[in-house]
Amino acid sequence: MDLNILIAIATMGGLGFIFAGALAIADKKLRVEENPLIGQINDVLPGANCGACGKAGCYDFAVNVVDGSMGPNGCPVGGQEVANDIAALLGIEAGTAVKIVARVLCRGGNIEAARKMVEYHGPQSCATMDLVSGGSKQCQYGCMGGGDCVDVCTFNAIHLNENGLPVVIDELCTGCGMCVKACPRGIIELHPADREVFVFCKSHDDPKTSKEVCDVACSGCGICARKSDGGVIMEDGLAVIQWENFDPDKIPFDKCKTSAICFLRDSLAKHTAEQAAIAAEITPEQNN
Amino acid sequence: MELILIFLSAALVNNFVLAYFLGICPFIGVSNKLSSAFPMGLATTFVMVLTAIVTWLIYHLILVPYHVEYLEYVSFILVVAALVQFVEMVIKKVSQPLYRALGIFLPLITTNCAILGLALFIVLKEYNFVESLFFGVGAGAGFTLAISIMAGIREELELANVPKPFRGAPITLIVAGLLALAFMGFAGMITV
Repeated sequence: MDLNILIAIATMGGLGFIFAGALAIADKKLRVEENPLIGQINDVLPGANCGACGKAGCYDFAVNVVDGSMGPNGCPVGGQEVANDIAALLGIEAGTAVKIVARVLCRGGNIEAARKMVEYHGPQSCATMDLVSGGSKQCQYGCMGGGDCVDVCTFNAIHLNENGLPVVIDELCTGCGMCVKACPRGIIELHPADREVFVFCKSHDDPKTSKEVCDVACSGCGICARKSDGGVIMEDGLAVIQWENFDPDKIPFDKCKTSAICFLRDSLAKHTAEQAAIAAEITPEQNN
Repeated sequence: MELILIFLSAALVNNFVLAYFLGICPFIGVSNKLSSAFPMGLATTFVMVLTAIVTWLIYHLILVPYHVEYLEYVSFILVVAALVQFVEMVIKKVSQPLYRALGIFLPLITTNCAILGLALFIVLKEYNFVESLFFGVGAGAGFTLAISIMAGIREELELANVPKPFRGAPITLIVAGLLALAFMGFAGMITV
């Protein structure tokens, strides 16, 4: 009996030893020499393998930085700190990394797009609303306020305000793009944090419908496009900014009747006292 | 003749993936592109053949003479793990892009039940050395065939208008089921 145990131990121990030896030899013979910088850079990266840089993972990004096809500031999650570390390892100037953040391109919250199509009483999830009725708002392009983007954000960088619209906190947003994927309407986009002007609407409705449905929809009048020298073009009744030609000074903001195109800083702060009163009336009703 | 039958049996009639449902993880995971699915099949075949050789030797030269056949599971897992490490080194040396394309699924061959299944089938069916070799090659060829067909179909599926709830994993599983049904047509042709 004891002998059996000894044989078993000797067998497994011997096999393990043989394989370990074989692998050790194979490792020596087949070792791939790689630039030690790749490993060092990989160590300073966040290691989340999120793919926000456009590469398959942090290791892949490090390889690209070392061979020079990407700059040290290419990691939007690590930001300036990581860019400086990488630059120090490479012995070059970091350059400034412009942070990429999520932007919610719809201003039609419960106040602005108050006219309801149906009374929605299902689960509070955009994915479900989109399948069933498109939520309670009449607009078929805008934010439904179900908060799927809030749920998927692992950084707590996005929340719904009292108007039922998602708000991104720039300081917490890493530009990972999870919310972009979660939004069934495609309202959220990633943009460099220094962009100030956006068309806060995705509606392709005709002018009459969009006016009926929402106070802040792009009616598709095209006045911004005509004045912008190619900075804004009209696509199927919706103004779309062409960032390479875009110059905010040429945009006649006061001519946009619905302020669909406006500065980011103004986009959430346009509720008049009157609208706030409407909101106060609507909110308890919705809770029933 | 017997050897050819063993090969065909492992590759088609008793296909590891589509008849025994072994090795489903890489079958679903790496089958989105033919360019990575086929090498994955080859890597798995390579591991399978080596496993067939090494486990046969270990079983018949060590485990049987010392009457410790009950160690077959543990020692076979050890063999598979060591071989996968080896294959990983070889692939990293030979082709970096392929190494990256296979990604996590390469080390996962370690836990691929098709490999362990192969080693255990060899013991169960009491094959001799040459027969196990053919069985290993056949099983590998069957796996490569299944994953390549799957990858080909999935590349075409990218262009198809699949209903939204079925996109991604669901339609893949349905396709896998249909493929398995198709391979059912071989059932019972060869009984080795």
